[in-house]
Amino acid sequence: MTALLEVEDLRVSYGKIEAVKGISFTVEAGQVVTLIGTNGAGKTTTLRTLSGLLRPTHGRVVFDGQPIEKVPAHKIVALGLAHSPEGRHIFPRLTIEENLKLGAYLRKDADGIAKDIQRAYDLFPILGERRKQAAGTLSGGEQQMLAMGRALMSQPKLLMLDEPSMGLSPIMMQKIMQTIVELKASGTTILLVEQNAQAALSLADQGHVMEIGNIVLSGTGRDLLHDESVRKAYLGED
Amino acid sequence: MNTLPQQLANGLFLGSMYGLIAIGYTMVYGIVQLINFAHGEIFMTGGFGALTVYLALPSGTSMWVALPLMLIGGTLVAVLIATGAERFAYRPLRNAPRLAPLITAIGLSLALQEAVRNWYPQATSARVFPQINAGPWNIGSVNISSGDVFVIIAAPICMAALASFVRATRTGRAMQATAQDPDTAQLMGIDTNRVIVIAFAIGGLFAAVASLAYGLRYGQVKYDMGFQAGLKAFTAAVLGGIGNIYGAMLGGLVLGVAEALATAYIANIPGMGQFGGQGWASVWAFILLILVLLLRPQGLLGERVADRA
Ligand SMILES: Nc1ncnc2c1ncn2[C@@H]1O[C@H](COP(=O)(O)OP(=O)(O)OP(=O)(O)O)[C@@H](O)[C@H]1O
Ligand SMILES: [Mg+2]
Repeated sequence: MTALLEVEDLRVSYGKIEAVKGISFTVEAGQVVTLIGTNGAGKTTTLRTLSGLLRPTHGRVVFDGQPIEKVPAHKIVALGLAHSPEGRHIFPRLTIEENLKLGAYLRKDADGIAKDIQRAYDLFPILGERRKQAAGTLSGGEQQMLAMGRALMSQPKLLMLDEPSMGLSPIMMQKIMQTIVELKASGTTILLVEQNAQAALSLADQGHVMEIGNIVLSGTGRDLLHDESVRKAYLGED
Repeated sequence: MNTLPQQLANGLFLGSMYGLIAIGYTMVYGIVQLINFAHGEIFMTGGFGALTVYLALPSGTSMWVALPLMLIGGTLVAVLIATGAERFAYRPLRNAPRLAPLITAIGLSLALQEAVRNWYPQATSARVFPQINAGPWNIGSVNISSGDVFVIIAAPICMAALASFVRATRTGRAMQATAQDPDTAQLMGIDTNRVIVIAFAIGGLFAAVASLAYGLRYGQVKYDMGFQAGLKAFTAAVLGGIGNIYGAMLGGLVLGVAEALATAYIANIPGMGQFGGQGWASVWAFILLILVLLLRPQGLLGERVADRA
């Protein structure tokens, strides 16, 4: 069986600076795959390229059997690839409910949309309580819940999350990680970028370590979690 | 007649016209942070589009038949030029330094004026615009022309339609999303290029309505009519808070009324005698703008800048 997402020798540049220097990896349906790495390693650049916001200078991206490296961003969503961006990027002056509806922008099934909005409220009750409130008034953690809920509204085949735990309190972070575990259990395929390597590797099937534009180490989540160099560099042990 | 009600009515007419044109500036700025300085000329071409339709109709056609057709013709021309400018002049510069589209806009402005002046028959000076054969009416001490009636009815209808379009339709929601965060809007599946084209098109439509009002009110259209009107409308957009559609209309009305009142009454203030009259109208309009920019830089209804981070 071919993978849901295949990335092959992907290179991405900002002007003359190459931020991603030829990386390859795959995501199988049903898996959680994580990209970890230090600041500036190229993780966000990779996700933004996969979702079409950036164009690669080289390489192939095949999603669900279709090459997408030249497809515009708004059409990639339609293929079933959702991206919850770094820094959350909720629409601050729209209400929570309007944000969720925008997540379902390409869907036509009003009943299904209503059902999925309710599902988001079940997943994150605080969003339901504040549904008519401007999203900009939410706390950071609540905004992250909204960003994840919004990305799920497109019923994606693959959900990409860029640092969902960034800037959150430990309790909030645990809640978000718990949600990812639940999503995984319900069969959602996830590509997770995280600074919190411990949490990400603990729940990932596959992990890749990025350093200045390259993947320097790959393995199962468990293997990487026990890898000595990873423990030193990312889990704060000496 | 220089009574206060009359001046208020004049201000209301002027302000509604400014407001309609200001929508074009504010929608485009709100979505692509571009000041389309050629928008005044888009307004002007709307007027000539309407005139062309009128001239093509058999002579003696009733204005009640001609007017809707003129509106359609003017709208087609203005929308075509507005969206053409977006596609061929501004879009290639979307990631260029800010000065590039600005200079392009000024160039486009001049090009449109010269094109009309040189190529439209007998357009080197003003061309007579047809009039509705009704009115003017006297309501109390207020004298109202058919052109006034047209814009005072048309402006609120256009505004209400636009407001409900932006608030209640799927495309309107896409416009709000694109204005707030264009990259993330794309991640929702929104074709932001299409949204931008629609913003330019709405600007063109509103400018065409305003140009018809202008023609009916002043009885003429001229290749350079977009310069003053455009500058005033831009002022109105900034006054109301650029990027905010309600602000554009409010800014237009405030500016129009302030201009009419200043023109009529400044001269009555002791020592200010020489500053009254039509010649000073624009000066007062721009002084108002400077005051607002000093005291309330985001405009009357503007969003705080931090909101669009
Ligand atoms: N818009 C940009 N223009 C120029 N360079 C950029 C831009 N965005 C990122 N970079 C550079 O590209 C490299 C990779 O950045 P990227 O944001 O992909 O890293 P990251 O792994 O997501 O880091 P972080 O963990 O801090 O989010 C960095 O060196 C960064 O400075
Ligand atoms: Mg990043």
